[in-house]
Amino acid sequence: MLLQVRDVSVRYRTGEQDAHAVRQVSFDLDAGQTLGIAGESGSGKSTLALSLLRLLPDTALISGAVRFDGEDLTEASWGRLRAVRWAQASVVFQGAMSALNPVRSIGQQIREPILLHDRVGEKAARARAADLLDSVGVPAGRQGAYPHELSGGQRQRVMIAMALACRPRLIIADEPTTALDVIVQAQILGLLTELVAAAGIGLLMISHDLSVLAETCQRMAVMYAGQLVELGPSGQLITDPRHPYTKALSSAFPRIGDPASRLAPAGLPGDPPDPRELAAGCPFAPRCPQAYQACLDHPVRLWPAGPDRESACLRVLPDQPGLDWSPAAAAAIEAGS
Amino acid sequence: MPSAIAGCLVLLAFTVLALGAPLFIHDSDLDVTKVSGPQLAPPSAHYLLGTDQPGRSVLLLTIWGARSSLAIGVLATVLTMVLGTAIGLIAGHYQGISGRLLMTVTDWFIALPGLPLAISLSAVIGQGATSITVAIAVTSWTGTARLVRAQTLAVAARPFVERARALGAGNAQIMTRHILPNVAPLILVSSTLTVASAILSETTLTFLGLGNPAEVSWGGMLNQAFGQGAVTRGAWWYLLPPGLAILIVVLGFTLTGRAVETVLNPRLSGRSG
Repeated sequence: MLLQVRDVSVRYRTGEQDAHAVRQVSFDLDAGQTLGIAGESGSGKSTLALSLLRLLPDTALISGAVRFDGEDLTEASWGRLRAVRWAQASVVFQGAMSALNPVRSIGQQIREPILLHDRVGEKAARARAADLLDSVGVPAGRQGAYPHELSGGQRQRVMIAMALACRPRLIIADEPTTALDVIVQAQILGLLTELVAAAGIGLLMISHDLSVLAETCQRMAVMYAGQLVELGPSGQLITDPRHPYTKALSSAFPRIGDPASRLAPAGLPGDPPDPRELAAGCPFAPRCPQAYQACLDHPVRLWPAGPDRESACLRVLPDQPGLDWSPAAAAAIEAGS
Repeated sequence: MPSAIAGCLVLLAFTVLALGAPLFIHDSDLDVTKVSGPQLAPPSAHYLLGTDQPGRSVLLLTIWGARSSLAIGVLATVLTMVLGTAIGLIAGHYQGISGRLLMTVTDWFIALPGLPLAISLSAVIGQGATSITVAIAVTSWTGTARLVRAQTLAVAARPFVERARALGAGNAQIMTRHILPNVAPLILVSSTLTVASAILSETTLTFLGLGNPAEVSWGGMLNQAFGQGAVTRGAWWYLLPPGLAILIVVLGFTLTGRAVETVLNPRLSGRSG
C-alpha cells in the first residue's frame, strides 16, 4: 500500500479553544490509484492534504498515523521528511499564479527540486526540465521565461511539470484547476490523469468541484466538518449517494437535460458547524433533512455501506449485521424523547 | 528624469576623480613638509581654490578627500546592508522566539542615540577609517533590518514559499533562493540612500576628530580649517570646497536612490514626492 492514513486529526490552536479542522480521517491509496477528496470551503480538505507531508504551520497539532510506503511520516525526522517531500511525494498547489516565484525563471524553479534531490549536474537538470516542459505541453525553449510571461494554463502546466520533476510516487493536487476556465481546466485534468496513469503514480486530488473529481478519480471521499462522511467509487457516489450530505452536494449540481433540477435548485439550509464547537453526534445532524434524534449525540464514523463503499451515517447501519444500531432502536429513542 | 541623470552624472564624475586622483596628485602635493605654496592664500591662477595653512592646494585636497569619503561611505553601507539584511531575513523567517529576540535587539539599537554611540565606539576601537566604518555600520543597520524583516514577512506569506517548502527546501534554501531575490530591489534602494547618510556620518565623525589626522578627507579638512582659524581669517576657500563636495555627493546619492526606487517600484511615481 502506497499511502495509509489512519485516524489523522488536526487541531489548530486558536486562542482558548482549539479548532478541530480534521477529525479521525482514515483512507488508503495504492500506487496508480486516484482518490478525490471533495468538500466545501472550511471542511478541512486542504488541511488534510497538507498534514500528510507535515506542511502545516506550527499552530497545527497533528495526531494519527500517515504511512507512506510503510514509513510513518508523522514520526519521521525533519531531514527524512524533507527528502520524502517532492522526491517521493509532491504537491500541485492551488493558484498557479502565486505558487511560482515571480523573480525566478520557470526553468530555474523546475530545476530546483531536481538539483536538491537528485544530485545531478546543472546540465542534466536542464535536460530533464526540458523533457518535463515538453511532456506537459509547454515549449521546452521557454525555460528562461518568468511566470508573468506565461498564461494561467501554462503556469499550471509548469506546476504539474514541477510536481513530476523527481519522479514521485504520490502527487497531492490541491485544487489544481481553481481560477482556470473550463476549457483549460479540462486540458489540465486530462494531462494530469494521463501522466499519472502512465507513470503509475498515486494521485490524491482535492477539490470542491464534484464534477472535476468524478471525471478524474476512480474513488472519491466527501468531507464535512473535518470528517470523511462518505467514501466509494466516484460514479456510485454521485449517482447513488448513501450519506444525506453527499446527496445534497451532488444534487446541487444542475444536470444537463434534466429541466427539473434547473427549476428546483436543491439547496441546503444552514451553515457548517464551527470547528471550535463540535457536538458529540453527527456534525451534519443539525442540517440533515433525515436526521434521527439519536444522530445528535451518537458519534459517527465510516461504516461499510455496500461493496467497496463506506458512509458515516447511522442510516447505513441496519444493512450490517453485528452493529449495535438499528432504525428500530432509533425510533425507540425518538419516541422516548 | 533629469534629476536622476544629474545624480548619476555627479556620482560618475566624483568616482572618476577619486579613482583617477593618484594619476595627477602626487604624495609631494599632500605632504605638509614638501609643499611650497603660499600659506592660506586666496584662489589664484596657480591655485584655483587657494591654499591651506601649510600651503597645500585646496583643490587637490578636495579631490583626494573624495577617496576616503566615498570609500568609507560605500564600505560602511555594504556592512550595514549585510548586517541589516541578515538580521532582517532571519527575524522575518523565524517568527518564533528567535525572531522576536532579534527585533528586540534591533529596537534597542534604534533607541540608542547614533552619534554618541559612534563616537564612543570609535574611541574604544581607536581612531581611523576602520573604526569609523564599523561605527557607522553598527549605528545604521537597524533601519535596513526592519525594512527587510517587513518585506520578508510579506514574501514569506506568499504561496510559492509554501511550495518551496513542499519540495523539500530547507530554511537556508528558502531564505536565499526565494525570499532574498524578492527583497533585493528594496535593499538596493535602501543602500543608495544609506550611502548618502553614511558619508554624512563619516564627515561628522572625522570633523569631530575621530579620523586619522594623517589622511586627507572632507571631514578632516573641515576640522583642520576650524583648528587653523579659517573662519576668523575669512578663508572661505578652505571651508567651502569640502562642504560643497559633501553636499553635492550626498545629493547625487539621494537623487540616484530616489530614481532607483521609482524604477523598481513604479507605483511610487504616481505620488509626487
